[in-house]
Amino acid sequence: MSANSPRWSWAGTGLRIGVALAAGLLLLLLGLPLIGLVFRVPLGDLLGRLRDPLVLDALRLSLVTSTSATALVIVLGLPVAYLLATREFPGKRTVEVLLELPMVLPPTVAGVGLLVAFGRTGLAGGVLHAVGITLPFTTLGVVVAQAFVAAPFFVGATRAGLSGVDRRYLDAAATLRAAPAHAFVRVMLPLALPSLLAGVAMSWARALGEFGATITFAGNMPGVTQTMPLAVYLALQNDLEAALALSVLLLAASLSVLLALRLAPLGSTLFSARAGHQVR
Amino acid sequence: MLATRFASRRGALELEVAFTAAPGATTVLVGESGAGKTSTLRILAGLDPAERGHVALDEEVWLDSETGRWVPAWERDVGYVSQDYALFPHLSVVDNIAFGLEAQRLSSATTRERVEAAMQQVGIATLGDRRPGQLSGGQQQRVALARALVLRPRLLLLDEPLSALDLKTRRQVRTELRWILQGLSCITIYVTHSPLEALLFGDQIVVLHHGRVSQHGSRDELLRYPRSRYVAELMGTNLFEGALVHPERSEEPVLHSAEGGLSLVSESGAGEVFALVDPTDITLYREPPAGGGSAQNLFAGPILEVVPQPPAGDRVRVVLGTQPVLVAEVTREAVAGLALREGDRVFASFKATGVRVYK
Repeated sequence: MSANSPRWSWAGTGLRIGVALAAGLLLLLLGLPLIGLVFRVPLGDLLGRLRDPLVLDALRLSLVTSTSATALVIVLGLPVAYLLATREFPGKRTVEVLLELPMVLPPTVAGVGLLVAFGRTGLAGGVLHAVGITLPFTTLGVVVAQAFVAAPFFVGATRAGLSGVDRRYLDAAATLRAAPAHAFVRVMLPLALPSLLAGVAMSWARALGEFGATITFAGNMPGVTQTMPLAVYLALQNDLEAALALSVLLLAASLSVLLALRLAPLGSTLFSARAGHQVR
Repeated sequence: MLATRFASRRGALELEVAFTAAPGATTVLVGESGAGKTSTLRILAGLDPAERGHVALDEEVWLDSETGRWVPAWERDVGYVSQDYALFPHLSVVDNIAFGLEAQRLSSATTRERVEAAMQQVGIATLGDRRPGQLSGGQQQRVALARALVLRPRLLLLDEPLSALDLKTRRQVRTELRWILQGLSCITIYVTHSPLEALLFGDQIVVLHHGRVSQHGSRDELLRYPRSRYVAELMGTNLFEGALVHPERSEEPVLHSAEGGLSLVSESGAGEVFALVDPTDITLYREPPAGGGSAQNLFAGPILEVVPQPPAGDRVRVVLGTQPVLVAEVTREAVAGLALREGDRVFASFKATGVRVYK
C-alpha cells in the first residue's frame, strides 16, 4: 500500500498520535488533582472536619456570601442584560467592555480597585460612610467583591439567552395584546430560562471560589470575611490534612453546580429541539 | 372600514400603499415575494412604523404622521397570523390560545369558555394539552388562527396562511379556512403570492407590485379588466396598452402601443385604452399564415416555455418570447402536430375580433 493512500499515511498517523497525546496530557492535568483530592481524604475524616467550628464558619460564610452575591448580580444584572439584548443606545460598547472587564482583570487588582473606590478614603467612601455602610473588611465587602467578579458571567449568559429569543415570538406576543412587560415575563424569560440558569450557576460558582479580590478588599477574618477558599489557603500553611478536607468540600460544592449546569442545558436542548421542530 | 395609506422605506423597497377594506369581507393582498405584502401587514399590525401616512380602523386612528400618533401593536384590535405561525413553544395549545385573553386580564372562567369556543371553531377541540412541537403543520395553522380569533379582533391579518403546508394539507385547510373566513364579521386581510388563492379568497383583491398598488378591484374586475401587464400576467392573460387611432381608408381602428400596432374591429372611441387577448384565442403556426388580411394580428418569436395544464395536460400553455411576451393556450394535439419545443421559432396570430378593448 502506498504511503499517500487515504487509508494509511505517515502524516495521518503522526497527527493522530499527536492529538491523542495532547488530549491525554490535558485530561491528566485536569483530572489528576481531582483524583488526588478525593483519594487523599477518608470520608470519616471529612465528616469529622465538618464539626470543626472554624470549618463550619467558613462553609456557612461562603454559602451565605456567594448566594447573596448571586442574588445581587441577578437583581442588578437582569435589567442590564435585557437592555443590552433588546436596545441600541449610545455608549453601548463602553458598557459591554465594562461588563467584560472583571473576567480578564486579575482578582487582586479588582480588590485594590474596590478599595480605592469603596474604601474609607475611596472615591465613594464618603458617601457610603454618610449612609452608614462600611464595605472593607466586612461580610458585605465579601459580597461586593464576589458580585464584582461574578457579574459578567450572569449578564453575559442572560444577555445571550435573551437575544436568542426569536423575534417572531415577541411579535406574536405584541399582536396578542401583550405589552412589553407582559411579553418579557411570559415569553422572553421562559424561552431564555436555560441560559439564565446557566448564568446563575456560573456566577454562583465564581463567587464561591473567589479568593484574590476578597482577601484584598475584605481581609481574612474568621467568621466575618474568611470564606472557604481563604480558609483552605490558611490551613495549607500549617495543617495539610485540614486544607485537603476543606478542598474536597469546596470541590463537592463546585461539582454539584457543574452538574446542575450540565443538566439544565440538557433539558433545554430537548426542549428547544421540540421547539425547533415546530418552526418551518 | 379600514382606511390605510402610507409610505415607508424597507431596505431597497419603497413602499407606497393605499387601500380600503370593508368588514365581513376578505381583501387579498397579492404579489410576488419582495412586493411589500408582509411589510404592509406588519405596518397594519403595528409591528413596524411607517414614516408617512394615515391608518384608521373606523374612527380609531392608529397611525397619523401629521400628528405623530402611533398606536403600538398590543393596543390595536387586530388578530395576526404570521407565515410560520410563531406558536409559543413553551406553552400548550390551550395556553397559546389563552395568551391574548390573559394579557387582557380576563377572568379565568371567561378565558376558558372563549378558548374552548375558538378551538371548536377551528376544529382542534381535542388537542388542548399538546405542545406546538407535537402538532402537524395543518394543526399548527389552526392553533395560530384560533389564537388570533379568540380575541374577536375587528381586523384579522393573515400572512400566507397556507404556504407552510404541504400540497395535500393545503387543499384541505384551504377549504376549511374559506368556511371559517366566510363566517367572520371582521375585516380580513389575506396576503398571498398565489393568484389562485387570491381569486379563491378575495372578495376584493389588491395587487402589489414593487411596493405599490398595481390594481385594486373585485375578482371579476381583475380577471376581465386587468389594468397593467403585471396584473394580466398574474391572471394568466395578455394585455396591450396604448392609444386608439382610426387610420384613413380603413374600417378598423388600430391600437398603437409601445410594442407596435394592433388591428382592432368595430371599436369606436379614441384615446388611451387597454386591449385584452384571451390565451385561448391565439393560434400558433410554424410558417407565416397565408392571407389572413388586416384583421389578423401576427407576432413572431421563440417558444420560452411549454407548460401542460392540470388536470390531464389536455390544454397546454405556451409562453412566447415575442415583443411583447404572449401566452397562448392550445390543445395537446396542436402541440404534438406542430412538434412545438422550447426554443423553436413560431408565429402567433389572433383575429381582431378576439381583442377586447376597454378604457
